Amino acid sequence: MAHAIEFQNVTKTFQGSLRNAVDHINFTAEEGEFITILGSSGCGKTTLLKMINRLYEPDTGKIILFGEDISSMNPVKLRRRIGYVIQQIGLFPHMTVGSNIAMVPNLLKWEKEKTDARVDQLLTMAGLAPEEYRNRYPAQLSGGQQQRVGLARALAADPKIMLLDEPFGAIDSITRARLQEELLTLHRGMKKTFLFVTHDIEEAFKLGTRVMIMNEGHILQFDTPEQIILHPADGFVSSLVESAREKERFWEKFK
Amino acid sequence: MYHLIIDYFQMNSGRFLTMLTDHFRISLCSLLAAVLIGVPAGFCCVRFHVLQKPVSTAFGILRIIPSLAILLLMLPVLGTGAVPAAIALILLAIPPILENTIAGLRDVPPFLLETAGGMGMTGRQVWMRVRFPLALPLILTGMKTAAVEIIASATLAARIGAGGMGDLIFTGIGLFRTDLLLIGGISVALMSFSAGIFFHLLEKIILKYKRF
Repeated sequence: MAHAIEFQNVTKTFQGSLRNAVDHINFTAEEGEFITILGSSGCGKTTLLKMINRLYEPDTGKIILFGEDISSMNPVKLRRRIGYVIQQIGLFPHMTVGSNIAMVPNLLKWEKEKTDARVDQLLTMAGLAPEEYRNRYPAQLSGGQQQRVGLARALAADPKIMLLDEPFGAIDSITRARLQEELLTLHRGMKKTFLFVTHDIEEAFKLGTRVMIMNEGHILQFDTPEQIILHPADGFVSSLVESAREKERFWEKFK
Repeated sequence: MYHLIIDYFQMNSGRFLTMLTDHFRISLCSLLAAVLIGVPAGFCCVRFHVLQKPVSTAFGILRIIPSLAILLLMLPVLGTGAVPAAIALILLAIPPILENTIAGLRDVPPFLLETAGGMGMTGRQVWMRVRFPLALPLILTGMKTAAVEIIASATLAARIGAGGMGDLIFTGIGLFRTDLLLIGGISVALMSFSAGIFFHLLEKIILKYKRF
């Protein structure tokens, strides 16, 4: 069985930059995994993500999805098979919630009945009553509701891979915690591979079945949360874990 | 004065209507032509970056020249009548439409374009489904500015024999007839005003999402 995602020696340098944004990366991810990619800004995590749907092209190396080298695939077709969610959500303000969710099915020319049924199903799954929300505009929703719609839209054509680039970065912490739970439940219910970029260590360890820690274009450690906490690979990782512990101790004081 | 105006309408209502429709027709045709030129030109400027500077500079210069001057400059080239007047009005109306088209297409947030591409829209679909719809409010504003400018300047077009309400106004000036001046002036003002209201309503209807 082929890996869901496989990176072979992938390097990417941006023009005018001295070091590689992503530097000789190798890793594999299996179908159904929830992988969180953790790192501070500029560590290459977003670049890594955007190479998977070919918004960026690697300079060297190969990216293989389910045994298929993506450089030989049509980028438009590839992207329609991959769910993509970003921090700014990116709902189209001039389209209703329903049309936003129906976007990829429409691009794929699904039949109208099938698309409509799918939209209603996804809205229900996102906890938004279809009759009430289908015809609203994004501006009429709260930030949390907008990101639920963003997720529903990315899931519309039932992609096998979901790329999530700090999707909860701009959402208040109470709503964020709820959305994290919902995302976990969602992931458990389907056999999809999630790649979730974040700079929040708690989010990364809470959501990920495996966590990839990145710094300066390299993968420092890629393992289950338990293994990382028990056996940090190097000083950077242990300082990261330590910083999270410290934060926890801060809250302990008030108990 | 009131009687004079009533008398005018009793005697000349047919002629008044002709002037009004002439004025309306030349304004509408000029606006449509300006849209047909300005919007594609704006698209080309955004699509092909090199074009932007020369094209907007050229129309920027045109904009500085007073409308009456453009109208009169048309005289030796194209003679008199509605056609040269319409061409002058078109030249006048293109800059606001062009500039607003460029601004509207360019100001679409990059993250929306990235999402559109990331979802698997082709380049063409990104233009048709995201960039143009999101630029539409600004394009409509440009059209509104252009319409008001055209209706006002079309008055001057009477000077080169294009007809319209300008005929009445210039006659009024020539004969010191305040009643004619008032009828002409108020009619033009009402037309401009109606054009403004029309675009306002159009925006309300087609840009439903802007209400929230």
